[in-house]
Amino acid sequence: MNPTQQYKRADGTQSAVIAASGLGLTFQTNDGPVQALSNVDLTIGKGEFVSFIGPSGCGKTTFLRAIADLEKPTAGTLTVNGMTPEQAREARAYGYVFQAAALLPWRTIERNVGLPLEIMGNTKADQQARIKRTLDMVNLTGFEKKYPWQLSGGMQQRASIARALAFDADLLLMDEPFGALDEIVRDHLNEQLLELWARTNKTICFVTHSIPEAVYLSTRIVVMSPRPGRVTDVIESTLPRERPLDIRETPEFLSIAARVRDGLRAGHSYDD
Amino acid sequence: MNSVTEKIVPVTTILIAIVIGWYALAMVMNAPFQRDMNRRGNVTPSTVEFLESTLAQAKPIVPAPHQVVQNVYENTFLRKITSNRSLVYHAGVTLSSTLLGFTFGTILGILIAVGIVHVAALDRSLMPWIIASQTIPILAIAPMIIVVLAAVNITGLLPKALISTYLSFFPVAVGMVKGLRSPELMHLDLMHTYNASPSQVFWKLRVPASVPFLFASMKVAIAASLVGAIVGELPTGAVAGIGAKLLSASYFSNTIDMWAALVAGSVVAMLLVGLVGIVSRLVERAMGARPA
Repeated sequence: MNPTQQYKRADGTQSAVIAASGLGLTFQTNDGPVQALSNVDLTIGKGEFVSFIGPSGCGKTTFLRAIADLEKPTAGTLTVNGMTPEQAREARAYGYVFQAAALLPWRTIERNVGLPLEIMGNTKADQQARIKRTLDMVNLTGFEKKYPWQLSGGMQQRASIARALAFDADLLLMDEPFGALDEIVRDHLNEQLLELWARTNKTICFVTHSIPEAVYLSTRIVVMSPRPGRVTDVIESTLPRERPLDIRETPEFLSIAARVRDGLRAGHSYDD
Repeated sequence: MNSVTEKIVPVTTILIAIVIGWYALAMVMNAPFQRDMNRRGNVTPSTVEFLESTLAQAKPIVPAPHQVVQNVYENTFLRKITSNRSLVYHAGVTLSSTLLGFTFGTILGILIAVGIVHVAALDRSLMPWIIASQTIPILAIAPMIIVVLAAVNITGLLPKALISTYLSFFPVAVGMVKGLRSPELMHLDLMHTYNASPSQVFWKLRVPASVPFLFASMKVAIAASLVGAIVGELPTGAVAGIGAKLLSASYFSNTIDMWAALVAGSVVAMLLVGLVGIVSRLVERAMGARPA
């Protein structure tokens, strides 16, 4: 089956949230051109949780940034909700969570979460309601008046997720959001993220370099490899949507993890 | 408590060393004149008497600390504020042009920085001129400003304030360029994902990020403004102000008065820098800074 086929609706319009075909992106650097992405074909449907995994330099972050219109592709086509990435950004189609929490230090948590709402011109009352709702979603109720430095790293990252959720974009782009956190906090946040995804039915693109994290969270895992950055394997997860943390010890989980590892090896990701 | 003593002990130690050194210097420097006087008057004092008299001359080469302190005390607390001898009066005159010039300088510096950050052409064309402006000695340019403005009938406070402006806009401009450019790439990307307008990026990101830089450069700028105001009083034939006081005291070799004026100037400088520091701390606390 053509990978884009399954996203065709009865009326022929596409329901794909993200559709990339022949996507390429080359950076011009002082050491000559660097091919960050080469010939990427990928379609992501509504409500999917797709992880991108691969060693550094494989273009996983670049792909996410291209979706967010933070980088301009140099070849192929890329659409977000059927629009160009620029139009999608202008329509505020996605929330982006960076590797660091990137909270503004001079704003309290509630004013940080309210930042996109202020920019988008929501009314004061609506801002308050959304701040309350999203902080509740990430379990930060009671920390509204705190400044970022008064929160732990995990709480800061949760606040930044609340900020990305505040304006109700259906697409959530997350670039190694838990990469800088310790494993205990990371487990906890992974669990909460799955809950949040189940509750909101958002489409999530999640960049990571952790195999267990990718397998635990995703409905689909995109394995990438470097030089040039490309997709080497796409693995459908057979795990149920309901996933307690100890699912990670089941044979099914381990076999998917093994497939991911094989995919990385096939892409020479373990070569020196 | 401990931190207070930790601060006080080194500061007092240095202060005592300076005072002792100053007394020694005063004795050495004033001795030849005293010896001369004694010879003319046919006096042969004991060593102690001789040393005491070197510290009690009316116009010594180096006045002793207690002479300066006494002069400052008398001219600060014992004179009417309107009196021409009152240091408070002179400091007030200098202070008014300092503050006016500092206000102009800060506004000008901020405007220049905003221009430089937002207009690439200004970045390339303006900065070399700004730096060049600061390589010209203020003593050379101050009289010219005064003379040119006097020719178009602008005298008094404004010309002096403009010299302060000339000195104080530079640190503010340089600091604010750095401050307005201080937001991290990630924060700029974040604003981009919200499709924020340039003015939203400016007011919600660049301006708040630049506040600590603004206060740091304002501390330098206000001290520079004071120097500018004092220098501005020298060539104007000004009758009032710390600069004027310095000049008239030097005409009459009134060294104690000169030192007293210098002390008044540095006290004003300390108060001004301290004031900016307090305002800075209040603003930063209101902006959620971690208490130091």
